[in-house]
Amino acid sequence: MPTLPDPDVAREWLATMTLIRRFEERAGEMYARAKVGGFLHLSIGEEATIVGSARALRAGDYLISTYRSHGHALVRGTPPENVMAELFGRVDGCSGGRGGSMHMFDLSRRFMGGYGIVGGNLPIAAGIGLASDYQGTDDITLCTFGDGASNQGTFGETLNLAALWRLPVVFMVTNNQFGMGTALRRHSAVTDLRRKGESLGVPGMRCDGMDVLETHEVLTEAVRRVREDRRPLLVEAVTYRFRGHSMADPEQYRTKEEVASWRERDPIATFSALLLDEGVIDAAELALIDAEAMARVDAAVAFAESSPFPEPESLYDDVYVLDPQVRGHYSGETDDARSRSAPADAQAAAGDGGASNDEIPQQLTRALATGEDGDERPGVIP
Amino acid sequence: MTQMRYREALNSALREELSRDERVLLMGEDIGVFGGAFKVTEGLLEEFGEHRVRDTPISENTIVGVGVGAAMTGLRPVVELMTINFALLAFDQIVNHAAHIRYMFGGQVSVPLVVRMPQGAGHQLGPTHSHCLEALFLHVPGLLVATPATAADAKGLLKAAIRDENPVIFIEHEALYGVRGEVPEGHDELVPFGVARVAREGSDVTIVGVSRMALTAERAAETLAAEHGVQAEVIDPRTLRPLDLDSILASVARTNRCVTVEEGWPHGGVGANLAALIAEQAFDDLDAPVHRVTGADVPMPYSKPLEDIAYPHEQQIVRAALTTLGVAQDGVAPMPGAS
Repeated sequence: MPTLPDPDVAREWLATMTLIRRFEERAGEMYARAKVGGFLHLSIGEEATIVGSARALRAGDYLISTYRSHGHALVRGTPPENVMAELFGRVDGCSGGRGGSMHMFDLSRRFMGGYGIVGGNLPIAAGIGLASDYQGTDDITLCTFGDGASNQGTFGETLNLAALWRLPVVFMVTNNQFGMGTALRRHSAVTDLRRKGESLGVPGMRCDGMDVLETHEVLTEAVRRVREDRRPLLVEAVTYRFRGHSMADPEQYRTKEEVASWRERDPIATFSALLLDEGVIDAAELALIDAEAMARVDAAVAFAESSPFPEPESLYDDVYVLDPQVRGHYSGETDDARSRSAPADAQAAAGDGGASNDEIPQQLTRALATGEDGDERPGVIP
Repeated sequence: MTQMRYREALNSALREELSRDERVLLMGEDIGVFGGAFKVTEGLLEEFGEHRVRDTPISENTIVGVGVGAAMTGLRPVVELMTINFALLAFDQIVNHAAHIRYMFGGQVSVPLVVRMPQGAGHQLGPTHSHCLEALFLHVPGLLVATPATAADAKGLLKAAIRDENPVIFIEHEALYGVRGEVPEGHDELVPFGVARVAREGSDVTIVGVSRMALTAERAAETLAAEHGVQAEVIDPRTLRPLDLDSILASVARTNRCVTVEEGWPHGGVGANLAALIAEQAFDDLDAPVHRVTGADVPMPYSKPLEDIAYPHEQQIVRAALTTLGVAQDGVAPMPGAS
C-alpha cells in the first residue's frame, strides 16, 4: 500500500475530492431546477482519479480533459464560482458562458479545456506536448479521456505519433467501465486498456482509480518517466461513475447491485476512513472539510445566480482575433454586422444581424427547390 | 519583381517565414524527405532540419489536431494536407476545434494555425482527389479562407496567413503549381486578407472568379472583349473569409450585372453565397439575375472527356456573361446537360 503524504497534503486531497463531490451534487440539483442547460456529465465516483492524477503535476504542466471536466477545472484551482457560472451560462463563467458544462477552460492554470468530441482532445494534447518540447521546457501534458475514446481513430493516430516524436504526454484513460451506456466488454475487443498502446509504441501502466494514494503514486511515476525520458505513456485508471452518463440517463444498462458494489469503494469515504484510522484527521476535522466544501458550493451558486448573462451585443465577440487593418467581412455578413474596421460597431449591431441571418436558410431552401434558371438544369454547368 | 512559379512562390513564403520566426514549423505527409507531394516544401528540410520540417504519419485528423494544440501553446504551425479531399478526415479538428476553440473558451486563447491544401480537377485523379471544397470551409465561422490564384498572391497571402492570429484554411490549386507570375521582392510583402484583386477592369459585367477560375475568368473576359465588344470586370476575392464584399458591390453598382465562377459544386457554393449577398445588398443595382457558373453537381469523374466537362471553362463564362447582358449567343458552344 502506498504511503500517506504529509498530513497537510492529505487534507488538501480530501478537501478537493470533497469539493468536487459537493460541487457535482449541487450541479445536478441546479440542472434539475433548470438553472443549467444542455448536457451535464458528473464525475461523482471519479474524484480519486481526478485528484490523484492532477496532484502528480507541477503547476507548469498542462492538463487536458473531456466533456466530463468540472472536476478537472476545480482540481487545477479554477474557482468553483467560475465553474458554476459557466454551467449557468453567465458572463463570469470560466469560458465566458460560451462553452457550458462540456467546455471548461482556464489558460491561467494550464487547464487546456474540456472537449465535447470523444477522443478529440488527444491530438491537441500531442500538439501541446510538441510545443513544450519545441520551446525547450520540461513541462509535460496529462491528457485524460474515457474508455470509449480508446476506440476512436485519434487514439491510435495520436499514440503512434506521440511515440514516434517522443512527445511528453501522459495519456490517462479514465476507465469508468462505460462508453456512455455501452459496457467496456461490449465496446472494446481488448478490455485490458493499458495494453492498447503497446502496438503503437506506448507502454502502459494501471492504477486503482478509486484509490487516491495509488493513483497519485502511479501517476507520479508516469509523470516522472515522461518528463525524463520524453516518451509518452498510457495509464489506465480503473474507476466508476456513480451517476448516469449524463443527467438524461435512465441507467438501464447496469444493475443497482453493480452500482452499489462500486459505491462500497467510494473514494472519498475510503480515504476519509484511512485518514481517520491513521490519525491524520479527526471526526471534527472531517466534518469541517465537508462543511467548507458545502459553503464553497453555496457561494458558487450565489455567485452564478448573481452573475449576468452575456449581453446580446457580445454574440460575435471572439469568433476571430479581429485585425483593424484587415478589410472585409469575417462573419455575420449582413448590412448591420459589416464594418470590420470598427469591431465595436459590428458588435453593437449583432442583435439585428441575427434577424437577417434567420433569412439565409430560407433563401437557400428556395434556391435548391427552384434552382432552374431558364432552360438550364440546376447543378450542371450552365 | 521576380518571375516565379506558384509552387516556388509558396516555397519562398515558407522559407522566409521559417527564417523570420522561430515559432513557425511545418508538418505534413511527405513534406520533408520526399519534398512534398507537389514539391512545395522542397529543400526546406535540408535548410531548417527535422525539428522544424516534420514528416508525419498518414493521420490527417491528428496532424491538424497537433497543429491546434501547438498553436494554442505558442507555436505557429503550418500543416500541409496532400489534397483538400484528405482534409475531410480532419474536419473534426478543423471545425470543432481550430475554428471554435477561441470562441468556446471565451477568448482566452487563439489558434494561429495554417492548414494548406491543394484542390482542383484536371489531372484525372477521380472522385477522391479532385474536388473544390472551399465552400465547406467558407461555411464555418472562426476560420479564415484563402484561395490564391497567382504566384504573387500565393506568396503574399501565405505569409499573411502565417502571421495571422486566426486559423487559416489555405487552399492552393493543383493546376496552378507550375504557372509563372510576377512576385514582389521583399520579406514583408504581404497580401492582406479581405482585399479583392481586380484582375481586369470593365464596365459591362462583373465576373467574380474563385481560385483557378479567376484566371479562367480573365481569359473569358478577353474573349468577351475581342469577340463581343463586352468589357468585363474580373474580380478575384483572394480570400473568402474575410470577404471583400465592398469591392464586389462597388463593381456591381457600375456594371449592374454579375457572374460568379467556381469549380466547386453549385448548391451551397461560393457563388450561391455571393448571389445571396448581392441580392440582399445590391438588388436595385442589378439589371439581370446574378448568374452562377459552377462545377457540375457530380463526383469528379476520371475519364478525360467527362472530367473536362465537369468543371468550368472559358466558354461557359462567356455564355453566362452574355446571358446577363441579354446578348444573342450565336456561335457559343452548347453546354453539356443543357436541355
